[in-house]
Amino acid sequence: MRELSLHLLDIAENSISAGASRIVISVREDLVADELWLEVVDNGKGMSPEMVANVLDPFVTTRTTRRVGLGIPLLKQAAEACVGFLTVESELGKGTKLTAKFQHSHIDRMPLGNLEDTIITLLLGTPAVNWVFKYQFNDQSFEFDDTEFKEALGDLPLSDFRVIEFLSNTISDGITNTKIITTEEGVLYANH
Amino acid sequence: MPTIKSIDDLKRLREEAQKVKELRDQTGKTQIVIGMGTVGIAAGARDTLKAILTFIEEQHLPDVILRQTGNIGVGGQDPVVQVILPGAETVTYGKVTPNMAVKIMQEHVVKGNIVQDFRIEA
Repeated sequence: MRELSLHLLDIAENSISAGASRIVISVREDLVADELWLEVVDNGKGMSPEMVANVLDPFVTTRTTRRVGLGIPLLKQAAEACVGFLTVESELGKGTKLTAKFQHSHIDRMPLGNLEDTIITLLLGTPAVNWVFKYQFNDQSFEFDDTEFKEALGDLPLSDFRVIEFLSNTISDGITNTKIITTEEGVLYANH
Repeated sequence: MPTIKSIDDLKRLREEAQKVKELRDQTGKTQIVIGMGTVGIAAGARDTLKAILTFIEEQHLPDVILRQTGNIGVGGQDPVVQVILPGAETVTYGKVTPNMAVKIMQEHVVKGNIVQDFRIEA
């Protein structure tokens, strides 16, 4: 994987397989603490403690645990390579929360990449899920919840290109407008 | 309708689309399936998907259904794209880059000619 946004896409697929009806994806960039946090929270069927241990270990995962493959170990390795960690908290019948932390400035940290493409891909692939995307940059934040958009569209599919473009712009503008640093000289838009 | 800028625009689009929908035949759609498992994503399936979406829009292809699935199960060939024309067998393509996806859309989906060079055994 070349981008963390691709990891998020992959991790969220696990939540879909777990039958979640609501999936919340959060990205938090904290330049003061030099931390980058990724979080995927779902209300799917959850996992037993044994299964949680299995999904973290690439050598124990077998075909019977088909809903997870190499995706989680790959992200875990990427986080650990950047003075970070990955945890999975899960409860049967309640859902699963995956958290990954990176040192923001670490030389090996992958760029976040195209977050809006990841969210749009998930939205189009599994429209029945309520998708929430939260983005935080230092103390500013942006939240995208697809509920209001779906209500406005009714039974019309999301796959109309004008709808896709609008949703994509809503997310990318949200991120851009959140990613600002206020200094004495004024407001700066931060880059990756 | 011009570019959508608000929720109200979405509502207007919905009304518009409902009128069109009643006129359109629902049968005989072409299906395109793209494998979006871990390996597919790592191999670039998200960009391939985007290229297909863009093509469908630019060419105004209303009778195409694009579906995402998990691992299609053709090892080492990701991103994998399958094209199923109405009444025809499934054709599987491997290592489909965005450029290749556009070629497949032009030749196979629009004209009905299978792109043999990109085809793989599934």
